[in-house]
Amino acid sequence: MARTLAMFTDVSLCIGCRACQVACKQWNQLAPEEPEWTGSYQNHSHFTDMSYRLVRFFEQGDGKGGLTWHMMSDVCKHCAQAGCLEACPTGAIYRTEFGTVNINQDICNGCRYCVAACPFGVVAFNEGTGTATKCTFCNDRIHNGLGPACAKACPTESIRFGFRDELATKARKRVEDLRKMGFKEAQLYGEDQNGALGGLNAFFLLLGKPSIYGLPESPKLPQSNVFVDSLLAIGSAVLVGLGAVVTFRNRGGQGGA
Amino acid sequence: MSLSRRDFFKYGAGVAGTAVATQGIDLRPVEAAATSLRIKEAKVFPGVCPYCAVGCAQLIYVKDNRIVDIEGDPDAPHTEGALCPKGSSTYQVSMNEHRITKALYRAPGSDKWEEKPLDWMMEQIAQRVKKTRDTTYVERVKEVTVNRCEGIAWLGSSVLDNEENYLIAKLSRGLGLVNLENSARLCHSATVPALGATFGRGAMTTNLIDVQHADVIMPTSNWAECHPVSYKWVMKAKERGAKIIHVDPRFTRTSATADIWVPIRSGTNIVFFGGLISYAIENKKYFHDYVVTFTNASLLVDPAFKTPTDLDGLFSGFDEKKRGYDQATWKFQLDESGYPKKDPTLRDPNCVFQHLRRHYARYTPDMVERVCGISKDLFLKVADMYCSASGPDKTGTISYALQLNQSTNGVQQIRALCMLQLVLGNIGRPGGGVVALRGHSNVQGATDFGTLYHMLPGYPAAPLQAAHPTLTDYLEKTTPKGGFWVNNPKFVVSLLKAWWGPAATKDNDFAYDYLPKREKADAYSHQHFMIAMLEKKVKGFICMGQNPAVDSPNAKRVVREALRSLEWMVVVDLFETDTAAVWKEPGVDPKSSNVEVFFIPGAPAAEKDGSITNTMRLAQWHVKAVDPPGDARSDAAFIVDVGNRVKELYKDSKAKKDRQIIDLVWDYQPQGAKKEPKMELVLKEINGYATEEIKDPKDGKVLYKGGEHLKTFAHLRDDGLTACGNWIYGGIYPEEGKNLALRREKPKEGDYLAHGWGFVWPANRRILYNRASADPRGRPWSEKKKLIWWDAKEKKWVGLDVPDFSPVMAPDAPRAKEGPLKGISGTDAFIMNPHGLGQLFASVVDGTFPEHYEPFESPTKNLLSKVQNNPVAKYWNIGDLNKLGTPDKYPYVLTTYRLTEHHAAGMSRHVPWLSELFSGHFAEIGPEMAKALGIQNGDMITVETARAKIKVRAMVTERIKPFVIDGKKVYQVGIPWHWGYQGTMKSSRGDITNDLVASLGDPTTFIQESKALLCNVRKGVA
Repeated sequence: MARTLAMFTDVSLCIGCRACQVACKQWNQLAPEEPEWTGSYQNHSHFTDMSYRLVRFFEQGDGKGGLTWHMMSDVCKHCAQAGCLEACPTGAIYRTEFGTVNINQDICNGCRYCVAACPFGVVAFNEGTGTATKCTFCNDRIHNGLGPACAKACPTESIRFGFRDELATKARKRVEDLRKMGFKEAQLYGEDQNGALGGLNAFFLLLGKPSIYGLPESPKLPQSNVFVDSLLAIGSAVLVGLGAVVTFRNRGGQGGA
Repeated sequence: MSLSRRDFFKYGAGVAGTAVATQGIDLRPVEAAATSLRIKEAKVFPGVCPYCAVGCAQLIYVKDNRIVDIEGDPDAPHTEGALCPKGSSTYQVSMNEHRITKALYRAPGSDKWEEKPLDWMMEQIAQRVKKTRDTTYVERVKEVTVNRCEGIAWLGSSVLDNEENYLIAKLSRGLGLVNLENSARLCHSATVPALGATFGRGAMTTNLIDVQHADVIMPTSNWAECHPVSYKWVMKAKERGAKIIHVDPRFTRTSATADIWVPIRSGTNIVFFGGLISYAIENKKYFHDYVVTFTNASLLVDPAFKTPTDLDGLFSGFDEKKRGYDQATWKFQLDESGYPKKDPTLRDPNCVFQHLRRHYARYTPDMVERVCGISKDLFLKVADMYCSASGPDKTGTISYALQLNQSTNGVQQIRALCMLQLVLGNIGRPGGGVVALRGHSNVQGATDFGTLYHMLPGYPAAPLQAAHPTLTDYLEKTTPKGGFWVNNPKFVVSLLKAWWGPAATKDNDFAYDYLPKREKADAYSHQHFMIAMLEKKVKGFICMGQNPAVDSPNAKRVVREALRSLEWMVVVDLFETDTAAVWKEPGVDPKSSNVEVFFIPGAPAAEKDGSITNTMRLAQWHVKAVDPPGDARSDAAFIVDVGNRVKELYKDSKAKKDRQIIDLVWDYQPQGAKKEPKMELVLKEINGYATEEIKDPKDGKVLYKGGEHLKTFAHLRDDGLTACGNWIYGGIYPEEGKNLALRREKPKEGDYLAHGWGFVWPANRRILYNRASADPRGRPWSEKKKLIWWDAKEKKWVGLDVPDFSPVMAPDAPRAKEGPLKGISGTDAFIMNPHGLGQLFASVVDGTFPEHYEPFESPTKNLLSKVQNNPVAKYWNIGDLNKLGTPDKYPYVLTTYRLTEHHAAGMSRHVPWLSELFSGHFAEIGPEMAKALGIQNGDMITVETARAKIKVRAMVTERIKPFVIDGKKVYQVGIPWHWGYQGTMKSSRGDITNDLVASLGDPTTFIQESKALLCNVRKGVA
């Protein structure tokens, strides 16, 4: 297996410009979708089958008139223990030699277990093709020695792409620097390979608790339930999937104001 | 083994695969289908982003004459391959089903477009131009030949290429047009006189890459949102530990990255900068040696000169009737040689420094608090932090954009910033400078090329009938006695030769009479000619790549009515803009207007050859990657075609007035079915060439053969032997086959300013006034801040940049008595200024020092003097069309702005990937105000000014705060202005913010006041 590739998103450098969102759409030729009112600059409120990258906006007042405007470019985490992959009954979801998690569109049967199984609401269902889709780290690009479109476009290098071990070293150093500069709550999310889901191949530097950014504090896999009874699961997964969509819509809504 | 960012993002034919593979990464594809790369066998062309003026270099990948991908060029030193969301969507500017690819015609009174053959359209346009020119032409006024046509206006364009702007400037002057503008008028026109009067050139002084070296950065614009890719240099400085102070009425995405956010009431920047200048002086934080050496602080002013400190808000010489100043006392005391007297101790009460000190003594921290709404404590903290960026070891940089420009005090707001930078010694030095951020891709180029009513390409003034009846008068009055502008006659004569060629001879003053002369200074600007359309004085209009229906002040009452009052209008664009569709604007009977509309499909940068000059004076050439679809073709093809057809219509004319167009040199060798001109020919004319053989008078050696490219503007002459379309671009194309704008060389080790990438005017100097980076004796002020220095052994200036100075003038050289640098000595870093000094004291029409006056709509009286508004600003008295509001009826301060995801007046609204990023038009208000008015986040509201009202959705956010102005709380409303009635998605369409804006103008440039207005707000849209 080749060295694991990863994406490191440093929110302390993010300016919320959404270049990543559009660069993703351009490279992957994803169709535009009519946006909805979310109460803030954010659009869309959650990942969709046509939006694999999503910049989330969160305002946080300090109660004394001070204000922090958090911006965070969210993406598929390509988890080491990937709920979607484990839930996939057809083997359409596989791990590449670079450690990324992809969905083979030719094999996917559209059961949507993966949609329900993702703890981050990343996987979306495409009604047109009848398959599940999500970010691939621009699989075609990385297999040709070219970084993902979002990371390339990022004006401030808030999104960095490279070998996981090197990025992790840089990320840890950056946290130290930020803490010295007074950002006491600077922390990494998903970098620890002994942590939740065996570590995320898209990991983040946050300036506060994960919940500020709409991230679960300790992401868990729901699959044990799904695997109990595969027949029952077909029905329930759809319901859970819808539930996930609703949950993330709400989360997007909280991002506003 | 480790790979750099560039390694990961660079892909060239056959390069990435092999290069990366040899470095040991396993690239075996797991599935052949999923891993084929669509750009693998594509041809790649150098492109430049068509949106803002950061000028991100792009790579355009093409297969089978179709664009398959557009992304950033990772080799570009100023952008490193990044693109913002707009740049990332460039693919969809070309590949877009909403693009118009056929010529469309709307007959007078018709309610529909008709497709017409392009040839028929072009012929009709040529005939309309001729007819309107013939019926509105003025040949003489009294004894003066004026040769002008006031009946046609031409707008365009800050989004077109340099060569296209040059062609517009040339053809329109060749037709006698005086109503000539581009969007720079509305966004950055105040920049030019402000920077020009202070430093000598009306352009950004520094280079974006250099921002990383600043110790403190003070954006007074929304830098991160409006110029995101260049913000990488701010973030790099920040990562290194630099401090960021963001000065903005709103908390924006820039504030989110800043160490300190300074909320300022829009329109009060002079008080803020004046306060900082005073703080620097009174606390001895200014850079004394720099100020004495490089500025006019020590020069002695005429004792009769008085400032607003003495005259309660006015300078000496105010004429109430004329609403203007007699500048007789605004001058220096001269010695026997005619040079200003000096006091290097800066103690003489009449020296500039003491005047400056007294003038800004009134701008106290208390005054800043009362006027700007910035608390005294916060101001003092900021003052201390920003003024620390001064002296030999430290520098600070300041950005600005439209918050300073778009004001009845626009020029002076910018000048105040420039003066602060001079006082702190921050010009011409690494990590210093003034960063003027432009919003359209080629605002700088369109300005340089003079698609503006008041100037010619390269910045000579457009002549005025009373002051400049003859070439001799013109040159005498526009050529100073010292500084590099003494070469003005060479620039002007060479321009006349480029335009009228053999018809421009010494005997006829090089055809000077062919240049149209303006009737007066107070005429022909964008706002002037829109009102002239309403009055039916302007009958025909050519609009290229601009959208005045949305981007102009008073857009509803004046502009869209004006457009519908025209006899004919030509719109050249990619999409059906709001301007093109003005006859069928929602709510207007589509048959009700008689304007005849010609829509000509244009081409974006990816589909044509040409150069674009970004905000740091960097000209980059883009190469045509694909043919434009259908009848679409380059804007240059349109301009050249119009020129050829009009010339054909006039060719047999015997009328004297028609020599102007008949004699215009217009041979650009149109090629192929679409008659695309050869753009290198245009670039050659811009660069300059010898009109005939030029010999060295000393030894008879041939210096240039006839027709040969000039190597530098230093070789221009005033005897007709050289022709040059724009002297400041001299050297961009120094020989056949060597187009320096096209070069994309990777920076050499140590060359952080990347001199091998494109061409920066003038003469590839990347940081202007860089002589000031060295002390009087020519040594770097410090090792840390070195840029260029005097090499005494080699007897020349050396270092990290091309010297913006005579390369061989020693630091101790006395003032030159003759020659191209007449009046300049070895320490005169500001070579374009008459005395070679940075001008703290300068004659601008509304004063020598910036003085605060309130915006015309203001919640308070002027606390600094009894003069409420700029006493010489322009107010258009057009009755009910331009009413001004008062705080009793319109209690809220309104400010307007733009967003990262949208582009100015609307190209982005035709690009679905951008249109999906906001759900529609909105206004931002604070929670306290929202609560008082019963408005919830997401409610529809009505915003009304004395001109108009618009319906928008309320975004209630903590980011909008009230101000306390002179003890009273004032609420603020913020509205972005991108929306209009045209656009590809529901989210693209909305009411027009500029309907709310008044017809007002800065007295120097007539830029509008769209940042500080008064409005009322109510819940609901009934």
